[in-house]
Amino acid sequence: MTTAPASAPSPAFTLARGGGAVIALGTLALAFAWHIAVGAKTIPLGAVFTALFRYDPQVFDHVVIRDLRLPRAIFGVLVGAALSTAGALMQGVTRNPLAEPGLLGLLSGASFAVVMAVGVFDLAAPAWLPLIAAVGALGAASVVWLIAISAPGGATPLTLILSGAAVTAFLAALISIANLIDEDSFESLRVWLTGTLAGRPVEVMLWTLPWLAAGLILSLTVARQVTALAMGDETATGLGVDVTRLKTLVLIAVVALTASAVSIAGPMGFVGLVVPHVVRLIAGYDYRVIVPLSAILGATFLLLADIAARLVLAPVEVSTGIVTALLGAPFFVWLIRARL
Amino acid sequence: MQTEYETADAPQVPGGHPARLSARGITLGYGAEPIICDLSLDIPTAELTAIVGPNGCGKSTLLKAFARVLPVSGGGVIELDGRPVHETPTREVAKKLALLPQGPIAPEGLTVRELVSQGRFPYQSLVRQWSREDARAVTEAMAAANVTDLADRRVSELSGGQRQRCWIAMVLAQETDLLLLDEPTTFLDLKVQVELMTLLRDVAHDQGRTLVVVMHELNVAAAFADSLVMMRDGSITAQGPVDHVFTAENLDQVFGLDAAVLNDPESGRPVCVPRVSLRPDIAAQ
Repeated sequence: MTTAPASAPSPAFTLARGGGAVIALGTLALAFAWHIAVGAKTIPLGAVFTALFRYDPQVFDHVVIRDLRLPRAIFGVLVGAALSTAGALMQGVTRNPLAEPGLLGLLSGASFAVVMAVGVFDLAAPAWLPLIAAVGALGAASVVWLIAISAPGGATPLTLILSGAAVTAFLAALISIANLIDEDSFESLRVWLTGTLAGRPVEVMLWTLPWLAAGLILSLTVARQVTALAMGDETATGLGVDVTRLKTLVLIAVVALTASAVSIAGPMGFVGLVVPHVVRLIAGYDYRVIVPLSAILGATFLLLADIAARLVLAPVEVSTGIVTALLGAPFFVWLIRARL
Repeated sequence: MQTEYETADAPQVPGGHPARLSARGITLGYGAEPIICDLSLDIPTAELTAIVGPNGCGKSTLLKAFARVLPVSGGGVIELDGRPVHETPTREVAKKLALLPQGPIAPEGLTVRELVSQGRFPYQSLVRQWSREDARAVTEAMAAANVTDLADRRVSELSGGQRQRCWIAMVLAQETDLLLLDEPTTFLDLKVQVELMTLLRDVAHDQGRTLVVVMHELNVAAAFADSLVMMRDGSITAQGPVDHVFTAENLDQVFGLDAAVLNDPESGRPVCVPRVSLRPDIAAQ
């Protein structure tokens, strides 16, 4: 998909794009290996590769890698790819540089739904988690959008951000109340609510895989039309894009991606904001490139954030979501100054 | 083609070409006061038609309905080659009918060639990627719109007139027989307006394409259009060849403009000159 040229392709152009894909995937592979090597005990990269490709259950390090560190690295890849792709699509379709699952309330909606299901209704089966998260994300997105269009001036980037912040604050308050009423059942969710890759069961990941795969495939399928939509709804219609249908498909993709990320890692803020902007700086305007590159760089970014989360205050581990927020918030401020 | 204006009395279909795009009794807008009410119009084929009218007369709304951007909400039908345009698959329409909307957005960092290439959208799909045919269409469109020299420049760093030529190149690359342009000359200085309208007239006359342009500048419209449609309050007040429609009477009726219509001795085209009431003390001198 990345090699498909959007316009008159020259050999150098195709080469640059192919080279870019190789570099991006290589960086991701390195971050993946480094992520596995880092931990309470640093395992040499050589041993990491041996454990991955010539597994020996007798070697303790290999067991640690297979059972603990490999799942966590895979979580990181999936969550980072899902959130960045969702952010890229949202920014493209809404032409709003601040659009991302966190700022527009989808992360809070999804996590609120999961907290209610797990904490209040005791519905903890991993099979249901992605569906519950999806319903929550869709509900919150709808409320945010309704508040924004009823504001004077309509759904501008700023009114969307403000109503996203209001909905997020409101849902956070509801979660706190539920937490106070029944502290025991929420204990297990407290760390998850800050966004973490640690200690999540592999089973949850397996149940989210279909959602994630559907979201990613749908994103790649509509990418070409998103490029046209970035020139305005009317221009896109003139070029033969069914704008209403496209927006519906993108909403489905974004909700599925957000739901799978939240099911695995809780609300991980700012990943979907930072990565697509960096990708656009590197790769330009074509969403057939932006979408897959956002997925790859998003995965890399989250692995690096998780490495930082484990190294910065070692041996104490910080929540990964706190690291992404620490990196993302200054970027958010810069974006507002530069782009609005 | 120029001589045909004098031959018939307001012929809707000069030269015997059947109209390919028509509105039949369309009503647009909601509630008690529709923006456009029971309007019918045949677009003359292979000509440049200009739609003019005061602000809020519904001319842009009409163009958007023709381009299927707006639904025909209050009844009636818009037909493209005899088929209702709103019920035809949108990709199929995009191969026959192109739209340049008002104030289109060029994504940041986009080069001119990349922008023009977007015009090939309706011909591509997930399986059918960029082809030699697409490359040829883009090269020709850039040449026609005279932006070949700008091909590798970023759209954002161009002047307003250059940028508008790039957008026109994009819709030309779509290789449709019909093109709709919503105020392509607004906010541009007169020299640039003349350049753009020359380009659009040549597209209509040399390539036999049908162009519909919504615009404000009356004299520019009269100088370049083959046909004029004058609108007021959501309905058509006058339509037909420029010489028939561009009269002092119609200008007064549509715009409330007190103007003399003269003929440009060079081109033979009508020109309107608003009557200026002089202050009595100056007039006396």
